[in-house]
Amino acid sequence: MIKVEDLARSFNGLWAVDGVSFGVKEGEIFGFLGPNGAGKTTTIRMLCTLIQPSRGQAWIAGYDVLKQPTEVRRSLGIIFQDPSLDDRLTAYENLKFHAIIYKVPRRERKMRIDRVLGMTELQGRRNDLVRYFSGGMKRRLEIARGLLHEPKVLFLDEPTLGLDPQTRNRIWQYLHDLRRTKKITLFLTTHYMDEAENCDRIAVIDYGKIIALDTPENLKRMVKGDIVTVHTQDDTLAQKELGERYRVVVKRDSSGLHFEMDKGEEFIPKLVKDFSMPITAVSVRRPTLDDVFLKLTGREIREETASDKDRLRQRVRRIGGMR
Amino acid sequence: MDWSTIYMIWLRDLIRYVRQRSRLYSSIARPILWLFILGSGLRPSFGAIQGFDYTQFIFPGIIAMALIFTSIQSAISIIWDREFGFLKEILVAPVPRTAVALGKGFAGSTLSVFQGTLILIFAPIVKVPIAWYNVLILIPAMFLISFALVGIGIIIASRMTSFEGFGTIMNFLVMPMFFLSGAMFPISRLPSWLKVVVYINPLTYGVDLLRNILLGISNFPIALDCCILLVFSFVVILSAVFFFNRGEY
Repeated sequence: MIKVEDLARSFNGLWAVDGVSFGVKEGEIFGFLGPNGAGKTTTIRMLCTLIQPSRGQAWIAGYDVLKQPTEVRRSLGIIFQDPSLDDRLTAYENLKFHAIIYKVPRRERKMRIDRVLGMTELQGRRNDLVRYFSGGMKRRLEIARGLLHEPKVLFLDEPTLGLDPQTRNRIWQYLHDLRRTKKITLFLTTHYMDEAENCDRIAVIDYGKIIALDTPENLKRMVKGDIVTVHTQDDTLAQKELGERYRVVVKRDSSGLHFEMDKGEEFIPKLVKDFSMPITAVSVRRPTLDDVFLKLTGREIREETASDKDRLRQRVRRIGGMR
Repeated sequence: MDWSTIYMIWLRDLIRYVRQRSRLYSSIARPILWLFILGSGLRPSFGAIQGFDYTQFIFPGIIAMALIFTSIQSAISIIWDREFGFLKEILVAPVPRTAVALGKGFAGSTLSVFQGTLILIFAPIVKVPIAWYNVLILIPAMFLISFALVGIGIIIASRMTSFEGFGTIMNFLVMPMFFLSGAMFPISRLPSWLKVVVYINPLTYGVDLLRNILLGISNFPIALDCCILLVFSFVVILSAVFFFNRGEY
């Protein structure tokens, strides 16, 4: 349904997306996972024909993104990262205008609008101005609007950014229902690890490149065993001892020392008994996608609070530093 | 041509206008300010201009003011749409951008003509007699002028990336264009260097056309006014479409 070959785009000599290739099957939920500024939104903008790629090719539903932009646009729906509703119009008017520009036949308009409003549970707010909607309601309305012209592929750029966990779960319910009933292909970007778990396959993207692409389960298998976190009175010494004694790579941050260990629960009693200094806290957990990202990049995705622009600046510095 | 998209853009701007009362109120307040306060203040010092007193003389100019303010403001709303995201929704749709630009053009001119027509309610107060058939000629004339002005606005909006430049445009484009159009004073008595600028200003011919229809006095033949406005509208709208198409959003 989506095919991408060596797609790249530079802004003022800086490669926001640096040669990505992947394919998405019909009915698949495909996720782009990466920190802000990794190139997720730029990729979506190229696939939606909003900006021209600097190099590479892409096809959506069999149409060439470069040569058949109108057909491509007709086959896709998109939910942007930032709101794109007209808040001075009512929910119904927003949907009606969408139906007009997407050439939904007039006699079908009302029925389809009712259907998408029903699906997102917004019937009751049909004639209310969008400016009085909550963030979650706006998102739902945008999803409803994105579905109105029955696209083959739905792009969602950070669909649940800034929403509370309850609303996030509900939006994911809609998306799973949608895939089940319509066989629609979903392409989404996110930097929430738990959200990425909803995907059939995930591409981990960092600095404009795909660094891993697999199912969430397989990705997690890249991390061997469990994640053990240890806290002692002297973490520097403990880090050295752990590395020497158990031959593990120990990572240190403010919450303690972390390392991978097979059968973590059985390891803890042994550790507490054998270790040369007192351990103040210890915990064990199954690996998450956070750990995968940490393993792949050496950074935690959640640390990235910088804005896209800051991140681009960091990249300039990094590139500068490499020379 | 994608008429349904043009219609949608047009209808959306009209709905927004109706819901935003402040624009309507200021469009009535502004002519009162200029016509009755400035006009009445200056009238005694001016004497008769080609048989009309000062407030009568500037009356067509006040209509031109309504047109230029409304047109530029309507076109500038593109920047708002960009800031608030709605523009993306339209630009990612399978519609030609030309249709989007033309829709904005028609919406802006429709609102301008409406605001301009509204000024006519002040005509009896300043004693400008209006025959009903004059209104019929006036509406297409106002439409022609507005269409060109909205085009200028779209070009600016396509080039401008933030809303901060708005004041600059008002000070460096809208106000000079208005002052140098002969709206507020007769151009025949101007020094020749200023005359050159006035003759280059397309709005001069718009004001002249309006004054010709309303008062029967003019500097240029009606056919010349219309020709210049037609050519100018055409060029401006083509450039507006070009610039709007070229921008990346």
